[in-house]
Amino acid sequence: MFSVIATALGVATVAITLVSGPSTTAASGTAGGTLVDAQIVEVYVFLLAAFTGYQIITKVPPLLHTPLMAATNAISAISLVASLVIAGAERPFYINVMGAVAVAAATINVVGGFVITDRMLKMFRKTEAPK
Amino acid sequence: MNPEIGALFVQVAYIAASAAFILGLRGLTKPDTARRGMQLAAMGMLLAVIGTLLNHQIISYDLIIIGLVIGTAIGLPMGLLVPMTAMPQRIAISHMFGALAVTLVGIAEFLHYRDVPGGPGVIKMVALGFETVFGALTITGSFMAFGKLQGFISGRPITFPGQKIINAAIFIGAIGLWIYLIATQSGGPAASGDNGILLFGLMTLLALVIGVTLVLPIGGADMPVVVSLLNSYAGLAASATGFAIGNNVLIVAGALDGASGFILSILMSKAMNRSFANVLFGAFGGEVAAASTKSSEGLTTRSVSAEDVAMRIGYARNVIIIPGYGMAVAQAQHAVRELAELIEKRGGRVRFAIHPVAGRMPGHMNVLLAEANVPYDHLFDLDEINEEFHACDVALVIGANDVTNPAAKTDPASPIYGMPILNVQDAEQVIVVKRGMATGFAGIENELFYLEKTSMLFGDAKSVLSQMVSEVKAL
Repeated sequence: MFSVIATALGVATVAITLVSGPSTTAASGTAGGTLVDAQIVEVYVFLLAAFTGYQIITKVPPLLHTPLMAATNAISAISLVASLVIAGAERPFYINVMGAVAVAAATINVVGGFVITDRMLKMFRKTEAPK
Repeated sequence: MNPEIGALFVQVAYIAASAAFILGLRGLTKPDTARRGMQLAAMGMLLAVIGTLLNHQIISYDLIIIGLVIGTAIGLPMGLLVPMTAMPQRIAISHMFGALAVTLVGIAEFLHYRDVPGGPGVIKMVALGFETVFGALTITGSFMAFGKLQGFISGRPITFPGQKIINAAIFIGAIGLWIYLIATQSGGPAASGDNGILLFGLMTLLALVIGVTLVLPIGGADMPVVVSLLNSYAGLAASATGFAIGNNVLIVAGALDGASGFILSILMSKAMNRSFANVLFGAFGGEVAAASTKSSEGLTTRSVSAEDVAMRIGYARNVIIIPGYGMAVAQAQHAVRELAELIEKRGGRVRFAIHPVAGRMPGHMNVLLAEANVPYDHLFDLDEINEEFHACDVALVIGANDVTNPAAKTDPASPIYGMPILNVQDAEQVIVVKRGMATGFAGIENELFYLEKTSMLFGDAKSVLSQMVSEVKAL
């Protein structure tokens, strides 16, 4: 049930984004056009990436499901990119500190995640050819 | 640097990173290309970070460097030193770190927009709320999962009366606040009597509580689903961050992670014969024990010694080993590999049959056996090997229970009826290594143990297998 709600929320987010697009244009007049375009493009990006991800990941064999989790976790620590800007941009100091904590947390996943994925993948080996 | 060229470089770096992530995951579809693929993905990440550091908005690098150093100082040892047996915990806690970063970004962005004339606007406020709610519930949810896997929180489902109603109320409260904030804060803070920060804080707090209450009633063996689901939430929250700050590489990476977690959750639920709802709200163990239809009364098992088993397995031609969580607990994977090598040396064939939900996370058994140096071409999925049990002399079940229960096929009254199982009962003889006669996670008797052809070998998997190894050597 929870996942149904979550999925519905995801769909709703997309729907709101789509629906509120034109209304934002109307509110902010002709100048708002580029902003809405950018946001529509973001929805496209999300949908295409999710679809691509679905196609690829269904082909990952169960053998590699644990490395897959570790890997996607490391990849989604790309939020490091957002954290970096917050830690270094011209903002109140306490917000910069929040950014720095986020940088540390995301870095743990980036560094630890890729290292541990590699460690795991290194272990998977075929039968050696008989001598 | 010319700011326009700088911005262009950043965008190129992000596009390259997105491509590297997708190609990297594609590498994971085959064991031989997996490592290369992940190295490519890591390069993509490095590129994205370097690109971001050139961002013209960044005016000071002090805190960035501190964050990077601390993160590396914690992350590197975690990556290098965590033993493979602790992998489920490691994965669970890493979701917490990812979600923590995302949530902090969400809160910081919300606070930032209070100083921006015109506020975040509807779309960004929707994304910020989504990011913060799902980020926050993933933080505490992952921590709870970590606690259950590590053992400092009871692995049994923790339930209390009215739990579902309370959970639903908290969830609706958080969503209600989110919607209210979208309605009131999209245009920035009101001039007077503004309580945006308070409400945003309350929403975050409620989401943190949801994470706890969501995972509390979930039992240890359901962890594969929970860990996958949290993986998915962490990804979706990262994707929402991308919407909030208008960054496509975040959207792409988050969507990939979200899709991966989602697919894994579905696979795990299917393999357990359960719906998402059942896993999340079911608290399986307690209820079903009462519904168990078959009792063990009047049935007897045959208990044998390691010596006896060694004799049979030492001369077997075709052996299938079925590992379960019991093998992981006893850390018997090295002894198992030793036994398998011995049998092969004596001319037998050994394969491993791995049920999708064996263990505590997707692929748990595969990683443990790979760590013990079992070649991956010896590891087979349920679909690949289920027809092979007919031709097998000895099926050796090590610490697995429910996934071998024939009641899933034969007894419509059984709570696990319809669950895909390994057809262990088709083997010529079955040897079950088990600590005692306790039922498995589903709380039901396993008919397999009472079959004529089944021998039970009681004891700790590691010591029993080591014993078998020395007995087979002595043959």
